[in-house]
Amino acid sequence: MSDFAWTIQIIYVLAASCFVLGLHLMNTPATARRGNQASTVGMVVAIGATLAIIVRQDIITTTGWIVMLTGALVGSVLGLYSARNVKMTAMPQLVSMFNAVGGGAAALVGIHDYMSAGTGVSAATSVTTLLDVIIGGVTFSGSIIAAGKLQGVITSAPVTFRGARAVNLLLAAVGIGLGGYLIASPSTGLLAVVIVAALVFGVSMVMPIGGADMPVVISLLNAFTGTAVAMAGFVIGNWAMIIAGALVGASGGILTKLMADAMNRSIRNIMLGGFGTGDAAAALTGGPGGDVKAIAADDAAIQLAYASKVIIVPGYGLAAAQAQHEVAALAELLESRGVDVSYAIHPVAGRMPGHMNVLLAEANVPYPQLKEMDEINPEFARTDVALVIGANDVTNPAARRAGTAISGMPILDVDQAKSIIVIKRSMGHGYAGIDNELYVDPKTSMYFADAKKALTDLAAAVKTLVG
Amino acid sequence: MYPALLVDVAIFILALWVGFEVISKVPATLHTPLMSAANSIHGIVLAGAMLIAVTAHNAVGYVIAFLAALFAAANVVGGYVVTGRMLRMFRRRPLAPTNVSANGSSANGHGDPGHAA
Repeated sequence: MSDFAWTIQIIYVLAASCFVLGLHLMNTPATARRGNQASTVGMVVAIGATLAIIVRQDIITTTGWIVMLTGALVGSVLGLYSARNVKMTAMPQLVSMFNAVGGGAAALVGIHDYMSAGTGVSAATSVTTLLDVIIGGVTFSGSIIAAGKLQGVITSAPVTFRGARAVNLLLAAVGIGLGGYLIASPSTGLLAVVIVAALVFGVSMVMPIGGADMPVVISLLNAFTGTAVAMAGFVIGNWAMIIAGALVGASGGILTKLMADAMNRSIRNIMLGGFGTGDAAAALTGGPGGDVKAIAADDAAIQLAYASKVIIVPGYGLAAAQAQHEVAALAELLESRGVDVSYAIHPVAGRMPGHMNVLLAEANVPYPQLKEMDEINPEFARTDVALVIGANDVTNPAARRAGTAISGMPILDVDQAKSIIVIKRSMGHGYAGIDNELYVDPKTSMYFADAKKALTDLAAAVKTLVG
Repeated sequence: MYPALLVDVAIFILALWVGFEVISKVPATLHTPLMSAANSIHGIVLAGAMLIAVTAHNAVGYVIAFLAALFAAANVVGGYVVTGRMLRMFRRRPLAPTNVSANGSSANGHGDPGHAA
């Protein structure tokens, strides 16, 4: 190994160390920005080292330079534009698109390497190349479908048809079978078939998955992208790509597990079909009966204004109603009266892991008020009013009993608060399709209204009633 | 057999463990920025995209190199910018919209101001 190649690999490892440091600094909100900066420095160094390789080798054609630089320039502009302009509610779509292009680029690296290597490629390289192409291809098309579902361009309902599973199995068999054959005897034509099978598989994998399961799907596709990039790193022998890919794979894997646990579903169960398509578990519950108590704005406002401790429980309904700013305004008003206000954030509140925290941070809610489930649950017993906005299944005490659709799901212990106000448009069901026993609790009052309007009215009522 | 691949596999496995260790300490509050940060990190695929432009010598190769560079650059630039944008929104205390300076001594008389960053 030449001195130059040696130096470059060391620089790559240093750059990768910056990525690790960057992720490490994300363990508190106070240091997270520095983490992003450390990671950026690592990236600039790695790209600089790559440029040094290209210049030093000096075999790139002029067309090669032009192609590379225009591609990078156009991509940078597109990336910059979308990053600057994306609404925080649309973050899941953007993350999904970045997964798509990352996986796509990784697959293209593998495809190019396979085509230019010809027949003289070793079996070891073939295996990693095919894994790169297959995983990257699945990620590319799957992430585009996921983004389309999140954006509402494609229906977020699970799309299934008879024999869908057989088609998926066939596609997987084609991919793996042909892949195995290609390792023995390389052929560019057959590689194209593998690429098509991977792309179709990505589509057919994500189409049957319902909108509620998107946090898991995005996390899983994120892990796929990382793995594809690592495989591309194997193909071209680039340590920075191997390490970075492994880090992203680990991150995506952890988040996938956390999301699936928080939704009380196995990853296999999610991948095999949408919620509410075949589950007959709703019949098992046998509603608890009991009366629902409705409440008007004035009464709710008085309860809130004279409480000493209020916990706000936001769910996706809050984000869907675009009411983050209204809830923050109400919380600020209560705080100015000396009420202790915090937010109880369930892990799956929102459309991607941690989404609700970003939405509330954007609405100027200070992060010390954003409490994770395990941290806030013991506090409900000391809480005067729990204000539930657009959250349903994650507050249902039925999860603690066996035999319901959500049994065993981790929930927020909202029912332990001294009183509960639920802002909701109707008595409709959550994704699990079962009655929420919280709503018939004698301590609970239902405030039937759109979240945005309800919060505005509550704030106005607090102001007029108690000045 | 394949000593270079063996080294690569070892690096991959160790990096996976480092990833699990570091990322399991990230609080749920930051999971969206974490995923976005992971997104920007896999933008390192730009290095690979640049290197394939070196060996591209025909039309198909150039098209692949162009698309790869475009995808990877969008990934890396967009990823870092949007992560930074999100992280800037996480504040310990709310901005005071009416006050010119949020650095005031006792602008808001509630809570415990001892928590200043």
